[in-house]
Amino acid sequence: MRKTLAVASKELRQILRDQRSLLILLFVPAFFLLLYGYALNFDIRNVTLAVQDKDRSTKSRELVSSFVNSGYFSLVGYVDAPAELDRLVDLGRVRSILSIPAGFERDLSMRKPVTVQVIIDGDNANTASTVSGYARTLINEFSGAQMQLTSPGPASRPPVPVISVEPRIWYNPQLRSTLFLVPGLIAYISMITAVVSTALSVVREKERGTMEQVRMAPLSPLPYIIGKTMPYLVISFVSAILVILSAMLLFDLPMRGSWLLLCGAIGLFLIGAQAQGLLISTIAETQQVAFQVALLSSLLPTMILSGFIFPISSMPIVVQWITHIVPARYFLVALRSIVLKGADITAFWQEMVALAIFATVALGLASLRLSREWA
Amino acid sequence: MSDLPLRAAKSAASEPGLAIDVRGLTRHFGAFVAVDDLSFSVKQGEIFGFLGANGAGKSTTIRMLCGLLKPTSGTALVGGIDVSRDPEGVKRTIGYMSQKFSLYEALTVDQNIEFFGGIYGLSRDRFVERRKFVREMAGLQGREDTLTRDLPGGWRQRLALGCAILHEPRIVFLDEPTGGVDPLSRRRFWDLIGDLSRQGVTVLVTTHYLDEAEHCHRIAIIQAGKLAALGTATELKQVFSSRPIVEIHASQPVQAMSVLDKNPNVEKTSLFGTSVHAVLKDASLDPSVLAQALRAEGIEVSSIGAVMPSLEDVFLDVVERVGAA
Repeated sequence: MRKTLAVASKELRQILRDQRSLLILLFVPAFFLLLYGYALNFDIRNVTLAVQDKDRSTKSRELVSSFVNSGYFSLVGYVDAPAELDRLVDLGRVRSILSIPAGFERDLSMRKPVTVQVIIDGDNANTASTVSGYARTLINEFSGAQMQLTSPGPASRPPVPVISVEPRIWYNPQLRSTLFLVPGLIAYISMITAVVSTALSVVREKERGTMEQVRMAPLSPLPYIIGKTMPYLVISFVSAILVILSAMLLFDLPMRGSWLLLCGAIGLFLIGAQAQGLLISTIAETQQVAFQVALLSSLLPTMILSGFIFPISSMPIVVQWITHIVPARYFLVALRSIVLKGADITAFWQEMVALAIFATVALGLASLRLSREWA
Repeated sequence: MSDLPLRAAKSAASEPGLAIDVRGLTRHFGAFVAVDDLSFSVKQGEIFGFLGANGAGKSTTIRMLCGLLKPTSGTALVGGIDVSRDPEGVKRTIGYMSQKFSLYEALTVDQNIEFFGGIYGLSRDRFVERRKFVREMAGLQGREDTLTRDLPGGWRQRLALGCAILHEPRIVFLDEPTGGVDPLSRRRFWDLIGDLSRQGVTVLVTTHYLDEAEHCHRIAIIQAGKLAALGTATELKQVFSSRPIVEIHASQPVQAMSVLDKNPNVEKTSLFGTSVHAVLKDASLDPSVLAQALRAEGIEVSSIGAVMPSLEDVFLDVVERVGAA
């Protein structure tokens, strides 16, 4: 225990001396959050819209203004000739067209089915499907409102029940992608800093020759490793909390669940990440190699295979299996459950167990390799 | 020193008074034999020099003696402890200082001492006392809060030695401790080694500086993993008792060497700085014969005369003989 403390205080002093690295460890994650948080925004606003209104009635104008007022669309102008519409889309002046047929108001008041057409520039499939979703929602809302309006008053006879789908999106009603992305960013950033800093700190001692000196002392690998990683665990923990606080401040990230659970999840995740860094340090001989391996092995899986950006359920089945060894996958579920849903442990205990298993296995492998190298 | 009787009991297996006892020590790396059937012993309080070219197996031997590397075969008792049975026990007994300055450069002098005190598990009282000793020994009083990277080489090296002997080991391994240090600091460092030896500490030291090796009580030269020569400096120089060495200062040393190599009285030649050393086959030969031979080839000779063999002569001779065998 005293030996562990000796190693830990030595490591801490080294970190504190190297203030540039300390600043990088503590604040670059929060800075990353800013960059990614603003750049990685899948929300679509102000989609340019042209309107072909063949009805020119009160109701048709109401529908148009419901589009404009939603904030998703911005009206470029009214157009009559179909050729003109083609030209606008081709030139990229508008990305969407709303076409209202003649007799729109009349049919509506007679409660006859009526169809409006929405045309969307499909050159970006993601954007197109999002815009199409917005348009459908707006039209449904509008038609629902019309049904109620045209029903006779409640005094004479009960209104025909209007059966309509009412989509409700929970936790993130405005479907703000930042809310969904921020937990992913936290995982991504913490993973990289923990893996890289741990791997580098051990390999640096190998490179400088101080490791050899320490191995000559009656010190077994375990106190050495615990003493060495502890300061980094504390620092990456503080850094992760800083990221969450800045996300709350900058992106209105709600914190609906328990801080205790949150800290537990972060702790488990970081221990696993450090174990991964240690494992890398037993393979790499130079800081350069360690840095590259650490970066690749933490960045790519966390970015691509964790469900951070691409939903796991839409991956090919083989890739889905692979995602099971990516710790960020479990951490993300736990984090989103705690932060966005305010769920308690029953909702994500399996993920916590998975994180614990990852940490244990990685630690076991690392200490196995290390004690082989040590003795 | 309360554990001395225990240590004596442990070393009962080997000859008493031996700090290091190596028998048939061998280490393979795959097909490569780094250390080949090495046997020697070092007495308590002795300064034992370990010489050899790079890759001769010095470091591998030291790593085995320190319990860092398992021998393929053979035994080594260090402080009476078998290195392959109880490497951790060996580590507690010895101090080690390596060719690189194995200190943490971003830490201050005192922080380095504190770290080593911590990993060797020194008690608080003993640590305070030993810290004082190390500061004085290394001449670092008043520089306790200097960053190690800002210390001149000689100070750093003495601090490294201080950290290595903080826990008062009875046996100290120094692996090329004086590399890259100025002559004055090297001199001071050897004075410290002498002090340790007088206190009964056994010192096994490797070095590239053959003039330094003269400070050792006994010297082992290893070549290709094998023991090539062993003895005191005087004993080792006996190989030249029947073959005098002549030192020649000539205008064109390289040409002089090729002329001398053809001379039937000369066994071999080597370059020593700007002078040439020629080993003669017969002690009765008058060196002036060689001077005449050189002048006949148009090489000016400013001085010629018999010299005492140096350890460098011995080293080169041993390495060449073993290499030729």
